[in-house]
Amino acid sequence: MVTLTIDGNEITVPEGTSIMRASMEAGIEVPKLCATDMMDSFGSCRLCLVEIQGRAGMPASCTTPVAPGMNVSTQTQRLKDVRRGVMELYISDHPLDCLTCAANGDCELQDMAGAVGLRDVRYGYDGSNHVKARDNGGINLNWAPKDESNPYFTFDPAKMHRLFAVCAGL
Amino acid sequence: MTVRIFVPKDAAALALGAERVAKALSSEVEARGIDATIVRNGSRGLHWLEPMIEVETAQGRIAYGPVKASDVASLLDAGLATGRDHALCLGKTEELPFLKSQTRLTFARCGIVDPLSLADYRAHEGLKGLERAVTLAPADIVAHVTESGLRGRGGAGFPTGIKWKTVLDTPGARKYIVCNADEGDSGTFADRMIMEGDPFVLIEGMAIAGIATGATKGFVYIRSEYPHAIATMTQAVEIAHKAGVVGTSVLGSAHAFDIEIRTGAGAYVCGEETALLNSLEGKRGIVRAKPPLPAHKGLFDCPTVINNVISLASVPIIMDKGPVYYKDFGMGRSRGTIPIQIAGNARHRGLYEAAFGLTLGQIVDDIGGGTASGRPVKAVQVGGPLGAYFPRALFDTAFDYEAFAAKDGLIGHAGIVVFDDTADMLKQARFAMEFCAIESCGKCTPCRIGSTRGVEVADKIAQGIEPEKNRELLADLCNTMKFGSLCALGGFTPYPVTSAMNHFPDDFRPVPLVEAAE
Repeated sequence: MVTLTIDGNEITVPEGTSIMRASMEAGIEVPKLCATDMMDSFGSCRLCLVEIQGRAGMPASCTTPVAPGMNVSTQTQRLKDVRRGVMELYISDHPLDCLTCAANGDCELQDMAGAVGLRDVRYGYDGSNHVKARDNGGINLNWAPKDESNPYFTFDPAKMHRLFAVCAGL
Repeated sequence: MTVRIFVPKDAAALALGAERVAKALSSEVEARGIDATIVRNGSRGLHWLEPMIEVETAQGRIAYGPVKASDVASLLDAGLATGRDHALCLGKTEELPFLKSQTRLTFARCGIVDPLSLADYRAHEGLKGLERAVTLAPADIVAHVTESGLRGRGGAGFPTGIKWKTVLDTPGARKYIVCNADEGDSGTFADRMIMEGDPFVLIEGMAIAGIATGATKGFVYIRSEYPHAIATMTQAVEIAHKAGVVGTSVLGSAHAFDIEIRTGAGAYVCGEETALLNSLEGKRGIVRAKPPLPAHKGLFDCPTVINNVISLASVPIIMDKGPVYYKDFGMGRSRGTIPIQIAGNARHRGLYEAAFGLTLGQIVDDIGGGTASGRPVKAVQVGGPLGAYFPRALFDTAFDYEAFAAKDGLIGHAGIVVFDDTADMLKQARFAMEFCAIESCGKCTPCRIGSTRGVEVADKIAQGIEPEKNRELLADLCNTMKFGSLCALGGFTPYPVTSAMNHFPDDFRPVPLVEAAE
């Protein structure tokens, strides 16, 4: 067993546990998009970043295992700034059809945008994107149509923010 | 007596016509009945003088350059074979100031020997390090390397000895040595030069690493853009194998070590060590999260040493002459020598190996001779496309890992690209973002989407669209990329962008188009 401190709370978890899992055990929710219990952690969404005393940078809590005596912070101003910055990038390449979207109200992306306090996308929506079929008067080569061939789900590439997690799990 | 004439086969010399020179020389020498052998050596690293040919005389080697095929007849008329004077004669090679002031440890043989002659290699102190290593216990070899202070020359500067110790101490049925020869940084060519000019030193270094850590197999991952290095390394490994330098019994010892050459497929990100490992495994080159460290779980999940070419090629001399000899060069925590690569708009472009500690100004003004265009130096980018731009005001910075970090820069793989006062730093900042967008592996969001947005924001600044707001946005984006990215590609792209913004703010305030038209 390993004992560490997360946001001032001391917690003991089995060796090999990720910081994210340990945080959840301590009742602390770390923002996340790509991590799920169904797959190995992948570390691509960069929302679950944390700061560890004595270590440089901001490691992802989903791919970083706990260590004895570790002192983890999950809610510093620096982390909030980077998480909001990452979320702003996500939303800058996402359709703005929340009100008519089937996932409205049951959407991780929406939840996380709220969780990190994203109010404004300063990049605008005129840049390169996977959202619009036609762009700047021409065909948008990044865009692909919805796949509705399956009776149980619709696959809309424009809304896929977890491509890598899906592929890695397969 | 047969005279030896050296015509480089280094890719930089070939690009400047060395092959035509060699052919012309060969037919002229035959036609004139001169008793001469043409040796295809590596480059001495004086690229502005390439193709630089040399002739061996009783007084030492005499250099001529830059030589064109059409110069060959007049050179022979003047008495090239005996080292006589000519308009292109540069004098004794060893006396050329650019070479004479260097401290060549890693590149001691480069440009001097026939790269594919093991006899030549031995005659120039080659294999002494490996001969010593086979008599030592692995832990002692690791202790030597640790003691020498050698740090990763790929750019991260991680202590090589500590990396080796981790692999030595990690149990594993199989372990690997992986040499990162995916030298993708613009303005760098040290790895290529050593592979083309002295391939056996890399083989020797890898074999020592194998013995030190218990690895029995090594891979050299060379970028596909280096066909000459790939050919030379492949032949050198074959020669070393036949001679028993590597194979089932390294130099007749109980150690086995084999080397395989692998070719990349053109992705810059595969120079990132974990993406390289994925690529070696036949997978798409995307970055892995660390931990696990490659030293614990690397290639095919086995403990793996992954080192840059120059790190490995510096090991033989450390083993031969001892760690103290190597450690005596350098400053602070940067020990030994570093092959500085001077490129871009510099008068004297080439490779300059020196102990750490020269100032940037000495390198650019004295050694590099200022700009090739003759205009004032505006900025130098140090450490590849992800390195910071340094203005003249910071030219007193010493070439040292920590000194550069203290000025928000990095020495990286020690490539320096010089720009004159016509450079537009906003365009350079945009280029950094564009480079990242093209080369991103796509795994993490800050790098994948951030770099594309970075290009767009830079364009808005250039067009004068809400410049103040967009400058602030670009700075914020750099913060998100720097701290949020998974690896150094997205994480270091902010270095050139922020340094350009901080040191050259005027370039980020372009004259609005309306005003300019008036």
